[in-house]
Amino acid sequence: MTTLAKNTRVAPLESGAPAPRGGFRRLGDLKIALLFIAPAMIGFIVFYVVPTIRGVYLSFTEYNILGDPEWVGVDNYTAIAKDPLFWNSLAVTGQYVFLNIVLQTALALGLALLMNKVAKSTLIRGALLLPWMMSNIIAALLWFWMLDYQIGVVNQFIEWAGLPRVAFFGSEEWAIPTQAIINTWRHMGYTALLIFAGMQAIPGHVYEVAKLDGASPFQTFCKITLPLLRPVLVMVLVVTVIGSFQVFDTVSVTTGGGPVNATRVIQYYIYQRAFTESDFGYGSAIAVILFLILALVAFIQMKFLKGNESDLD
Amino acid sequence: MTTTTSRAPLPAATRRRRPFNPRTAGAWALLVLAIAVSVVPFLWVLRTALSTNSALATQSASLLPADFTWGAFLRVFGLQSPADAVAEGGSGATIDFWLYLRNSIIFSSITTAGSVFFSAMAAYAFARLRWKGRNFVFSLFLGTMLVPPIFTALPNFLLIKNLDLLNTMLGMVLPYVFMTPFAIFFLRQFFLNMSREVEEAAMLDGAKHLRIFFQIVLPNAAAPLATLALLTFIGQWNEYFWPLLVGSQDDVRVLQVGLGVFKSQSPQGAPDWSGLMAAVLVSALPVLVLFAAFGKKIVNSIGFSGIK
Repeated sequence: MTTLAKNTRVAPLESGAPAPRGGFRRLGDLKIALLFIAPAMIGFIVFYVVPTIRGVYLSFTEYNILGDPEWVGVDNYTAIAKDPLFWNSLAVTGQYVFLNIVLQTALALGLALLMNKVAKSTLIRGALLLPWMMSNIIAALLWFWMLDYQIGVVNQFIEWAGLPRVAFFGSEEWAIPTQAIINTWRHMGYTALLIFAGMQAIPGHVYEVAKLDGASPFQTFCKITLPLLRPVLVMVLVVTVIGSFQVFDTVSVTTGGGPVNATRVIQYYIYQRAFTESDFGYGSAIAVILFLILALVAFIQMKFLKGNESDLD
Repeated sequence: MTTTTSRAPLPAATRRRRPFNPRTAGAWALLVLAIAVSVVPFLWVLRTALSTNSALATQSASLLPADFTWGAFLRVFGLQSPADAVAEGGSGATIDFWLYLRNSIIFSSITTAGSVFFSAMAAYAFARLRWKGRNFVFSLFLGTMLVPPIFTALPNFLLIKNLDLLNTMLGMVLPYVFMTPFAIFFLRQFFLNMSREVEEAAMLDGAKHLRIFFQIVLPNAAAPLATLALLTFIGQWNEYFWPLLVGSQDDVRVLQVGLGVFKSQSPQGAPDWSGLMAAVLVSALPVLVLFAAFGKKIVNSIGFSGIK
């Protein structure tokens, strides 16, 4: 599996089937290729390409599902620009994304270092991966119970320690951090494994040279491990950012956007506008904006952080 | 003692003789803490699911089930009479996790089988066949990985609604069943790295591509296909947003959506915690079983699937 992983990273797009021997097959394998690709092509066109175009079209219309979409130009976008709930959702989601980056990356990096140092066993890695195997809904409900204000075990513990109880889901200042904590709990081990895999790819002789040069463990970490991990860290960062921008499940099943608007994140707001209020045009327009934000994130990653290039080559 | 150390592999033996190292001990302590944070909540869920609600409120700190009962599980499977359910702190509303369990299995199995098989076919065309525009079409497929699911979910919902397939299993599986960009990407890479010798020999014997695909390529790719199927199945099992939109009625409702409904039916002031945690365990169990059986495969695939 590891060799597979290594090969996949470097396999360029252009490689593949060599020219068929003898030049008699002018058309190549086009006919048989069409047969092989047909089902995937149907899925690709019907459920990816057409909806993408339709989604952009809908964002310029007013549409409540029952009638026909009515073209309204950029009205939805101008309305969004003046919509305090939209800006609130953006701010709240931004806060969530930021907390996830900080908590998840820091904890995962630490955990990966620990695994690299003291334990590489599959059993330990498996135990750390357990939360990631669970659905968002399960993670959310599990913590909804553990963090309950009245009889949740965490609040029992907090009180036992002589501190005031925390309304993790019920207070506006804690609602988003709580969602971020749940997500961090679910993804921490997974992210750590990704970083750990990256650490394993750093050749041992690099460390031996550093040791001969008298580098301290801290220096080795800052000057060798971190820079060589850059592609993995950038990838982890992008996956975290793009994933957390689309937070929905945990919010939907615990706070439902509340208290007040504290957890009305972008995707939840889209869901409410489109499905609760039957305003598909408006919902689609926010979805287009979310799409653009995510595309920008991916672009920045390629352009500035050079996450697709390794320093090891 | 001497026999065991002599039999143990060398690194373990040297490790045992090493003097106590506070730094290593500290690292182990942190690691154990991280493992506890990952695993202990599940034990707490089990403990809660085996307790009664009234006892939970009074004995909230004991580690063992408070007033042991199977009642919560009976409630979740709709086997408890409404009166008993209310007496134990349930909502009394009917809920049938057998049905949701069945729906989840159907939904995840069909989408996994379909997307893995069709993606394998497409990946074969991208890796082994030679045709004009191959790399361009592949990069288009790859590009769809960047489109956020919420963006296509709205128009896809409209499509399924126009086809009159809302609240049908067909409507739920359609967007997933033909392919996933990730599966095509994953399998194409594997096919590219596979040795061509056997295929070429078969080709000289006059075998056609369909036969080569079914009799040589698929059997040789059994391991990555299994890994992909596992990861896809678990991902589909945990899917929430799309089934919530399309499958809101009981006969097609999947477990994840059922959990949300169960939670929302629970009385506000005194939620049915033991019932809810029993439901959580039921929903988690199939994935736990898969993990217990194929954990190593899943863990070892992580460095790869992260490219997703």
